[in-house]
Amino acid sequence: MLTLLVNLAGLLLIAAIVWWFWLGPKRHTAETVSGSDTLQILVKDGVYEPDRIRLPAGSEATLHFRREDASPCAEYVLFPDLEVSAQLAVNRDTEVHIPAAEPGEYPFTCQMQMYRGTLVVE
Amino acid sequence: MAEHVKHESHHDGGPQHRFQLEGVSCAGCVRKIESALQSVPGVEDARVNLGDRTLAVEGDVDAAACVAAVESAGYGAEEIRASERELREQQRAEEQRHYRQLLWRSGLALGLGLPLMAWGLVTGEMMVDSPMQQLVWGAVGLLALGVLVFCGGHFFSGALRAFRHHNANMDTLIALGTGTAWIFSMLVVAVPQLLPEAARHVYFEASAMIIGLINLGQALEVRARGRTSAAVEKLLQLQDPTARVVRDGNEVDIPLEQVQVGDRLRVRPGEKIPVDGRVLEGHSLVDESMLTGEPLPVKKIEGDDLTAGTLNKNGSLLFEAEKIGADTRLAQIIEMVKNAQSSRVPIAHLADQIAAIFVPAVMIIAIVAALVWFNWGPDPRAVHTLVVLTSVLIIACPCALGLATPMSVMVGVGKGAEYGVLVRNGKALQRASDLTTLVVDKTGTLTEGAPKLTDIETDGDADALLTLLASLEQGSEHPLAEAVVAAARDKKLQVKPVEDFEAITAHGVRGKVDGKTVLLGNRKLMQREEVAIDAWHERAEALADLGRTAMYAAVDGEAAGLIAVADPIRDDAKVAIARLLRLGLRVEMLTGDSSATAEAVAQQLGIDRVHADLLPEDKEKIVGELQQQGQRVGMAGDGINDAPALARADVGFAIGAGTDVAIETADVTLMRSSLHGVADAIELSRATLRNIKQNLFGAFIYNTLGIPIAAGVLYPLTGALLSPVIAGAAMAFSSVTVVTNANRLRFFKPTEEEAA
Repeated sequence: MLTLLVNLAGLLLIAAIVWWFWLGPKRHTAETVSGSDTLQILVKDGVYEPDRIRLPAGSEATLHFRREDASPCAEYVLFPDLEVSAQLAVNRDTEVHIPAAEPGEYPFTCQMQMYRGTLVVE
Repeated sequence: MAEHVKHESHHDGGPQHRFQLEGVSCAGCVRKIESALQSVPGVEDARVNLGDRTLAVEGDVDAAACVAAVESAGYGAEEIRASERELREQQRAEEQRHYRQLLWRSGLALGLGLPLMAWGLVTGEMMVDSPMQQLVWGAVGLLALGVLVFCGGHFFSGALRAFRHHNANMDTLIALGTGTAWIFSMLVVAVPQLLPEAARHVYFEASAMIIGLINLGQALEVRARGRTSAAVEKLLQLQDPTARVVRDGNEVDIPLEQVQVGDRLRVRPGEKIPVDGRVLEGHSLVDESMLTGEPLPVKKIEGDDLTAGTLNKNGSLLFEAEKIGADTRLAQIIEMVKNAQSSRVPIAHLADQIAAIFVPAVMIIAIVAALVWFNWGPDPRAVHTLVVLTSVLIIACPCALGLATPMSVMVGVGKGAEYGVLVRNGKALQRASDLTTLVVDKTGTLTEGAPKLTDIETDGDADALLTLLASLEQGSEHPLAEAVVAAARDKKLQVKPVEDFEAITAHGVRGKVDGKTVLLGNRKLMQREEVAIDAWHERAEALADLGRTAMYAAVDGEAAGLIAVADPIRDDAKVAIARLLRLGLRVEMLTGDSSATAEAVAQQLGIDRVHADLLPEDKEKIVGELQQQGQRVGMAGDGINDAPALARADVGFAIGAGTDVAIETADVTLMRSSLHGVADAIELSRATLRNIKQNLFGAFIYNTLGIPIAAGVLYPLTGALLSPVIAGAAMAFSSVTVVTNANRLRFFKPTEEEAA
């Protein structure tokens, strides 16, 4: 009986992991930036917040990253597809200029891909 | 600078804004401005410095609100951005604090974990059987909880936050591993009767040790990482924090950030040039080696350009600031190096993809392994299940995988900057490492780019003939003519006036000097003018074979001799070509020269493939053709007239860094005007890629071996499971190893020294 329960629990857990991290609907805190706003992205505890940023296509934008995590993981933010990267200062806003881009999704991450976010150009 | 730091630290690194004021002239203004700022929310302190007309505001305030307050008081203000250097100092202080914090946490956790582990090893009594033991272990459990919260709290909060975002990272693994061990142990303490006797084992020491070791590993990583950015640090130190500005006839030292375009600055001998500008007064030798790699100091006189970061050697210079702050060449170089350092390398693509799914995958593996042990493992099954679960979660290290490439690129690109090799991005770095063919533009790359007179042969007085020819050519703008005139000037010959000068297209020139009719040109000219040149013909051919351009001279209808002009080969070109050939590259030369001249140059340099008689647009075509043959083509040129070919090539090397355009477009910019830079760049890229591969291989092997071992595949052989503590140690040091291996690149040295 106990064996069955433990096994069942284990399998359910696996299913939950697959669903939560890979398949499940991702609820993002999305923010839209228009040309004039300044958007602050908080870099803390392994998460960019917001982690989904909408930008209008064809216009440049400036994002303000505020890093409140002193661990070296958070030091850089990279937009590999846009060839943009920046070293983030601790407890300070760092401006990151995003060039005008084609519509699409551009992931941004830290160097080790533990921090992850998506820039949506539309 | 020191003062600023002190100031910063005394209010705990809190925000401070500084403003440049306008229209401030008296103590009354000071009071007005300071009181205006007191009404701005968040201002803790505001002080005006009348001497340099600045305002310092402390507190968490909106800079724009401060500017508005000053403006409403009737003055102007503009925020002074903290200099790159100040920011860096602050970041370093921040890093130090983080480092100490990690060490402190690690010490505390190990302080609990080590005695516990020693107790377990020495006495073997980690079991809970009696109520007394329940009580004691319960107390230890609470201590362990304290360690988890105080020393490892950031792992748990990070894991939770990531979890809420449907994300999992290293924190998740650590939190799950240590949390599981603690909960199981607490369960044993609280209700031992639930478990079989052999399974009543506590693992508090594992939780504490793992937290301690991982904190220690992170501390070491912070240290090692600090060294990876040493190259940028060095560049930043090329600028002094202050500059000496001449204002109203007085020389005053002001912070570098306050220098404006148009300011007149004074640099004394032994001082560094603070910003880019143009010399107004004085002359001096300036050492530019740090930016160009050129070992000899360059003479600077009125009207010459000065570059920030270079060193004024022996004279005092007054100059006008033309480019400041982020516009200086030095700042652009730093910016470029920093950008390249954090760019991605295509080879890392696979590692990136794995890193993206790594953590959830490891969680699944851990559960599967635990279930296998639970169902089919030997007794005590509960303990084995827990150990396997914890060890797998802890030993898996996404960090080593994620760090493998960025760390090497960081060090490699920085190292390049030290040798005057600026790499645009990781992609260029990787491509440079596997080039098969290098196409080199002759003019300006293999040769000096300015023709010189090499030979003058005559039956009579050579100087007299040169005087006549220089006089004849003084009005001409042809590059060959310039070589003749320059040669005469070098010999200090007095040039005479010329009459009836006539340039005959594709033939040569004719004119009257001192009443004599002088002709200078090719054979066609001599034939046309019916001058007998048979005596000189053979000699002319011999010179052409050497790659020189020979011209006949005639005076009053008689052949007077020969002169030959050549674009001299750069001193180091031959050695550099030899290096490139040793690197296994096929070297091809491109030139607009005639094939005879080109062949001669190529032969001297040891190049066996030559494309001569090219029009500028042909160069790009040749690069394209080589690519179609399956070659990976690098192209080296000065970036002025070969820009399309540079862009077309897999890797474009712009030599000499002459133009800003080159810096903008080339994949690799060489600060030094030498082909050695190309060889340096290729050697460096190969060393970096090798380092990346070592790191990736190490990280893959570590995880592919570590996870099965933690899952217990060795149990049948060894009869024991991997202790979670060992798993924690392995994990903590795997990422340190990666960073340390990347740091080995700092000892990279190009082979030039040996060859020279």
